[in-house]
Amino acid sequence: MKRLAAAFVSGCVFALGLGISGMTQPSKVVGFLDFFGHWDPSLALVMIGAIAVYFVAWRLIVRRPAPLFTPRFVLPGRTAIDRPLLAGAAIFGAGWGLGGFCPGPAIVSLASGSGTVILFVLAMVTGMYLHSLIAHPIGHPRAALRVDLAVPAGDS
Amino acid sequence: MENFTPIASLIGGLMIGLAAAGLLLSTGQVAGVSGIVAGVLRPVKTEVAWRLCFLAGMLAGGGALRIYLPHAFTFTVARSAGAIALAGLLVGFGTRLGNGCTSGHGVCGVSRLAPRSLCATLTFIAAGAAVVYIVNHLFGGYV
Repeated sequence: MKRLAAAFVSGCVFALGLGISGMTQPSKVVGFLDFFGHWDPSLALVMIGAIAVYFVAWRLIVRRPAPLFTPRFVLPGRTAIDRPLLAGAAIFGAGWGLGGFCPGPAIVSLASGSGTVILFVLAMVTGMYLHSLIAHPIGHPRAALRVDLAVPAGDS
Repeated sequence: MENFTPIASLIGGLMIGLAAAGLLLSTGQVAGVSGIVAGVLRPVKTEVAWRLCFLAGMLAGGGALRIYLPHAFTFTVARSAGAIALAGLLVGFGTRLGNGCTSGHGVCGVSRLAPRSLCATLTFIAAGAAVVYIVNHLFGGYV
């Protein structure tokens, strides 16, 4: 129960941070990515602020034998810099530049009730399903239609 | 640089880092939003609950923003419905193929100085910049 409450509070603070930082406004994202136009460096400061906190927090927290409310840490295990990583990042980046939304701000912006955001999130979820159909076709042990297996460990 | 909001963006960024650190400390999980959404789509009994709570918290935070900071939801980028749908598809597919987005790779992974996340982050920023260049400077800002 404490674990779930903590996840809720984290999600809430995360959303407030995204909103206050300007990242729920696609114009701020597109403005940052427009290096050859009216460049808006705000997104860099969001990253610097978030990384400054998490850089220190990570080092302190993972020294602990366990998290507060669960038996162990679930940490990213993959280290390979391979084609799926780079292709996936490039495809994501293209969509990010095109729409000005990444997954976090899109979820937060659902609260606005905007049809544009709802369309984006539905398309995003469809894209995730398409990936799982291609990566794990029907019959594969991790097929999209199976619901009894863990999502792969080592997810970022 | 007329739209630059250094103070608000830095404060918001600190809050994002704090929220991600809180999730790690309390649940032992990395705050990667694309992975959390995907984990709800392919749920596992013990793993779905915290993810749903995190997402519910994000929506609650969004609700608070709607009341106290409505400016946060100004969508002034001119895009057709087709462009938004294509953008969503690319974001959903790409974040699964690359195992992360701006939060998982960009914030959490870069903070750990993980080479994998550093490469992903540089790649998605470069790809985003290329698309914005095409849209803003070759298509006049509307697609």
